[in-house]
Amino acid sequence: MKRLLQKIPDSLLRVGTAFIVFIAAVILVRSLIPASLKNTEEHRKATVEREVAHPVRYAGSEVCADCHEQFELKKKGYHKNLACETCHGVAKEHTENPGDVKPVKNTKREACVLCHIYNPSRPTGFPQINPSIHNPMRLCIECHNPHDPKPQHTPQECQACHAQIARTKAVSSHARLECTTCHTVPEQHKITPRQVRPTIPSDRSFCGKCHAKESKFVGTPKIDLVMHGEKYLCWQCHYPHMPEVE
Amino acid sequence: MERRNFFKKGMTLLTQLGVLSTFAKKAKAETNGYDPSKHYYGMGIQVNKCIGCGKCMEACKEENGVPKEPFYFRTWVERYIIKKDAEVIVQSIDPRIDRIGNSVPENEMMRSFFVPKLCNHCDHPPCVQVCPVGATFKTDDGVILVDSDRCIGCRYCIQACPYGARYLNPVTSTADKCTFCYHRITKGMLPACVEVCPTQARIFGDIKSTASPLTRFKRMFKLHVLKPSLNTDPKVQYADLDGEVR
Ligand code: HEC
Ligand code: HEC
Ligand code: HEC
Ligand code: HEC
Ligand code: HEC
Ligand code: HEC
Ligand code: HEC
Ligand code: HEC
Repeated sequence: MKRLLQKIPDSLLRVGTAFIVFIAAVILVRSLIPASLKNTEEHRKATVEREVAHPVRYAGSEVCADCHEQFELKKKGYHKNLACETCHGVAKEHTENPGDVKPVKNTKREACVLCHIYNPSRPTGFPQINPSIHNPMRLCIECHNPHDPKPQHTPQECQACHAQIARTKAVSSHARLECTTCHTVPEQHKITPRQVRPTIPSDRSFCGKCHAKESKFVGTPKIDLVMHGEKYLCWQCHYPHMPEVE
Repeated sequence: MERRNFFKKGMTLLTQLGVLSTFAKKAKAETNGYDPSKHYYGMGIQVNKCIGCGKCMEACKEENGVPKEPFYFRTWVERYIIKKDAEVIVQSIDPRIDRIGNSVPENEMMRSFFVPKLCNHCDHPPCVQVCPVGATFKTDDGVILVDSDRCIGCRYCIQACPYGARYLNPVTSTADKCTFCYHRITKGMLPACVEVCPTQARIFGDIKSTASPLTRFKRMFKLHVLKPSLNTDPKVQYADLDGEVR
């Protein structure tokens, strides 16, 4: 063995060792790199596993039903579409350990105002209030149960849910007309507004009652019902809640 | 120890380790009895229902550990104001700040509304094409994920996303974005933003299932996607989308 080694030229031996060390290093490094970084299939699987393993923090409303009667109460009320955790925040840990971990319980006015303050960008029909005049200084939950926020009586004013239209009309020449002059509103509309809808005038003669040349209504500008605006409905040109031309 | 013996023991130990580690991998994959090839996810957003409360933004951060600073978002809500002089103003809302202050007086507004946004999980995702290391990819169930181990933080994908849905996570220095709450949906739960939305403005579902809220959503409304001309084929679809929204 020794003689064999001595036969090989020294330089070759050194190059050989260097080569073997190099190969060994490559093999070692490759085996250290996790498969998920070398193989596309593996790396995708690892990513998916990592995502799936991410801890859940919002438990979902159904779980709360096991322990809290608020669930049944809320189901029928105006807040039926709100998840418990929309107000109470993350509660997964609470469901696992209800004694020690408590979800937040924000009783401040701001918690409700966040959703219910008047904002012209909000869709019509969403109940909005002006917090500086709607019973200021008092907690909302003194009068409204957060889990069934029925006002003591159903809102009488259309303004409660159509604030922007009411505001617009209030500064228009139709300011003195009641909403119900033009819309017949079933009582049920105020309780299930999307299911039961008020009427909307159907033809030109409706506006003609007050604006046609023949009309006996005093104090309105008059037009020729046949010629004016021809085939179009009046509200294709005049916004009925603000009928001014300029 | 004899050399032969050493090799023998070493070899058996190595094979044992190898077998064990494959077992470990198998076990991990099987505990989760979820078959991604049976699902394909999408989201529907009904613009007319959004009240801009920002609960979705808050919940997304909580659930996914997104940095709290107001410029990192996986989902966000934009407020559009189209003025009477046709100027379009887009504001990003911040749920922590009181939104009473209106930069535009109400009588100058033509129309105004809120638009929730998030990663569109495109069927033809530009972000996947540009990634130089293949860190971002589409899963079998249609979700676009980022492998944070592979991502080198080069920001190509952030530039490439036409929807601005990605950001560089300052903690990991890797690209981050919405995963449709992959850890929740694979357990049959709703994404956190959908869970907490008080008005059902967001609808989540499985495109492969015919009995899901998403199916009704697609039947009832005329749907649009953002920037359709780019042919990205988004899986987030909008009802009541205004032409000014980009
Ligand atoms: C395993 C049963 C259980 C489940 C499930 C559960 N809770 Fe509770 N929860 C309790 C108990 C018990 C208490 C009362 C603890 C006490 O008073 O010391 C409580 C208290 C609360 C409180 C009041 C905390 C306070 O400060 O007074 C809130 C709010 C609450 N739970 C919300 C939720 C929500 C939201 C869910 C669903 C995500 C939920 N809980 C699910 C058992 C449960
Ligand atoms: C609109 C926001 C809101 C929603 C939605 C909501 N809660 Fe509450 N919850 C509150 C507020 C505010 C309080 C504090 C009431 C009080 O102190 O009188 C409260 C109190 C509680 C309490 C403590 C008992 C009490 O009456 O003080 C429990 C338990 C609770 N909620 C459970 C739930 C569960 C379960 C759900 C879902 C079915 C839910 N909440 C949904 C706002 C909400
Ligand atoms: C996350 C948003 C949100 C929060 C927070 C919230 N609400 Fe509501 N609220 C709603 C929605 C959505 C409705 C249902 C509107 C509809 O039917 O179109 C509603 C309906 C109501 C109604 C019924 C109005 C009517 O006559 O139609 C009242 C009253 C009410 N909420 C009071 C409260 C109070 C009090 C709080 C605070 C404890 C609160 N809300 C917190 C979203 C919210
Ligand atoms: C003093 C009791 C009281 C307090 C405090 C109170 N409300 Fe009301 N709220 C009412 C009554 C009564 C109505 C029904 C009004 C009507 O029928 O015109 C109502 C109606 C509403 C409505 C329906 C819209 C409307 O005008 O009918 C909303 C939304 C509402 N309240 C939210 C709140 C919020 C949010 C707070 C806290 C910032 C709050 N309320 C505080 C008594 C109260
Ligand atoms: C509890 C809240 C609420 C109250 C109070 C309310 N509405 Fe509505 N209203 C709605 C909602 C929600 C819609 C549906 C909006 C939509 O489709 O986007 C609606 C729709 C309407 C429509 C349109 C119907 C259609 O077919 O498009 C008219 C007209 C209307 N309301 C008139 C009134 C009048 C007049 C009053 C007062 C007498 C009134 N509403 C009171 C919530 C309300
Ligand atoms: C002069 C008659 C008239 C009066 C007064 C009136 N409306 Fe209307 N309203 C109409 C007509 C006409 C339409 C149909 C408009 C259209 O289709 O373009 C309408 C449409 C609506 C709509 C649905 C479309 C929209 O603009 O969102 C709502 C909601 C509504 N009215 C609410 C109200 C409320 C609330 C009041 C009282 C503050 C009111 N209206 C007063 C005539 C009137
Ligand atoms: C109940 C009677 C009545 C009905 C119905 C009615 N209006 Fe009027 N209208 C008035 C009155 C009153 C004025 C205000 C006159 C004034 O003070 O100058 C007015 C003013 C107007 C003006 C003039 C605005 C301006 O000052 O330039 C227009 C346009 C108009 N209405 C359109 C309509 C249309 C369109 C309809 C049908 C949707 C309608 N009106 C239905 C009573 C009515
Ligand atoms: C094609 C659009 C169009 C239609 C449809 C239309 N209008 Fe007009 N209307 C106008 C314009 C523009 C003016 C102002 C110029 C003028 O006097 O012709 C006006 C003026 C008026 C005025 C007079 C205002 C004033 O200060 O003198 C009244 C009242 C009126 N319209 C009512 C109606 C009624 C009622 C209907 C439905 C029968 C109707 N309009 C349909 C476009 C229209």
